[in-house]
Amino acid sequence: MTSPIHPQQTFLQDVIDATPGGDTLRTCLQCGTCGGSCPSGADMDATPRRLFAMIAAGLRDEVLQSNTPWYCVSCYYCMVRCPQEIHITDVMYSLKRMAIREGYTDHDAAPDFSQTFIGYVERYGRSFELGLATRFHLAHSPLRKVGIGTLALDMFARDRLALTPKRIKDMEGLHAILETAKAMARKAEATGGSKLL
Amino acid sequence: MNYGYYPGCSLERNAAAYDVSTRAVAAHLGLGLDELEDWNCCGATEYIAINKLAAYALIGRNLALAQKQLHAPGNGRLAADGRAQLVAPCSACFLNLRKADRYLQDDETLRTATNEALAAGGLRYDPGTIFVRHLLDVMVNDVGFEEIKRRVTKPLTGLRVAPYYGCLLVRPRLGGELSNAEYPTELDQLMKALGAEVVDFPLKAHCCGGHMTQISAEVAYELLRRLLQNAADYKADVIVTLCPMCQLNLDAYQSRVNQHFGAGFNLPILYFTQMMGLAFGLDEKALGFGKEIVSAAAALAKIGEPPKAGAPARRRKDDKALPMPGAKP
Ligand code: SF4
Ligand code: SF4
Ligand code: SF4
Ligand code: SF4
Repeated sequence: MTSPIHPQQTFLQDVIDATPGGDTLRTCLQCGTCGGSCPSGADMDATPRRLFAMIAAGLRDEVLQSNTPWYCVSCYYCMVRCPQEIHITDVMYSLKRMAIREGYTDHDAAPDFSQTFIGYVERYGRSFELGLATRFHLAHSPLRKVGIGTLALDMFARDRLALTPKRIKDMEGLHAILETAKAMARKAEATGGSKLL
Repeated sequence: MNYGYYPGCSLERNAAAYDVSTRAVAAHLGLGLDELEDWNCCGATEYIAINKLAAYALIGRNLALAQKQLHAPGNGRLAADGRAQLVAPCSACFLNLRKADRYLQDDETLRTATNEALAAGGLRYDPGTIFVRHLLDVMVNDVGFEEIKRRVTKPLTGLRVAPYYGCLLVRPRLGGELSNAEYPTELDQLMKALGAEVVDFPLKAHCCGGHMTQISAEVAYELLRRLLQNAADYKADVIVTLCPMCQLNLDAYQSRVNQHFGAGFNLPILYFTQMMGLAFGLDEKALGFGKEIVSAAAALAKIGEPPKAGAPARRRKDDKALPMPGAKP
């Protein structure tokens, strides 16, 4: 399937454009070092190696439906071991963005989590502590049954859990910066500037 | 002339122990840290998964603020190559800032676009003007082991420490990380300089799962279990960390891991700066002890006791460890 942004362009080229230093992706040897080094390999429906073969083969749907990028924990083991110095972890981030943008991720926990987290950043300029309070709020949404229970209480007891992040002073400036960036990204999407996406 | 200091969101509350102990130890060593004025969250590993340009603009704002503040005459402590130095204690902040600086240098399209966004807030960043450093790197390479040893008044004798590095300070290799991407030793050496007994910890640079506790708890618990098991196998009294996220995962989720696997881990997770403060004889109350969920009190009471014999010396093979290439079909 061709690119929705660039009808003439291959899926491989889309992924390369989206990834800083992405050109190296063309040089993948299919050696499997990445998959063999990956702590999440067992939970992934395709190892990074297999995913890269699928990208090269243009299997856009299959790749963007894969759970692999979402199980990536950003440990960078693959990246330091890859003989071709492919920016594997960054490719995973690119695939997450593409999957979200192209509507492959409805109701998944990982994109929800990322959205919730950046929601705070956009409102306050600072975040909650990654990994706790966000979960605390998710836990109170009717969609999530997982309780946080004693964990939150333990953290409250030690004054380690905030209810709202601190607000930075120049929220106006940050807001203008982020809105400009987002508007530029929307424009890029409409005009085929996939290097900004 | 001081280093710029980027504490990051975690150090404001969840990892306050890291922040206070960093400030106390730095003051004791005469290491000037100037907090970056009006810094914002770096977006952790989340923003980049949603919107690339906005993520670079978010991180870029911090770098731009650092450029403005630290390159002002007489303000920042410059590296030999003229870059102003910004110190981050959080491994994730460190990598985000470092990586953005590097990728903005390498990618012209991204650089131009990021600066166009920053201009909307009256800022700009010239990649390569800020040298992003992790706090451990500064302690080990700028302050140095000799000076650190000289300051020790209460050596951590008898305390068996497992030094935990995690990922983002050692990988990827963008220049300026620790000595080795898979088996670094700086934190080991630092703990030895403080008089502690450093245990072998083969999984010391393996991943704790990062944000996985939020997304797929069982995946995260298994990663955490491996680390805790490995430290317990080598009879560590405490695990020492250099990242608020690692500390949070190993500390706050330890009881969950115990429940999930029917295990009985009881390993306090402390920051290396707390250990430094302790060995320097600083007031313990000023070092944030007591904020850890798994209490460190019993372990710390061991300091000064003669070491027990019979600790395992040889590495055991852990077939649940991170698979090595070629280890399995
Ligand atoms: S390690 Fe690198 S070259 Fe080998 S399969 Fe993975 S990406 Fe390709
Ligand atoms: S960075 Fe992601 S893909 Fe690479 S080894 Fe770690 S978890 Fe696996
Ligand atoms: S990595 Fe975590 S602590 Fe560091 S600024 Fe970003 S969100 Fe805050
Ligand atoms: S060990 Fe975990 S929290 Fe620490 S750096 Fe790695 S992913 Fe981040």
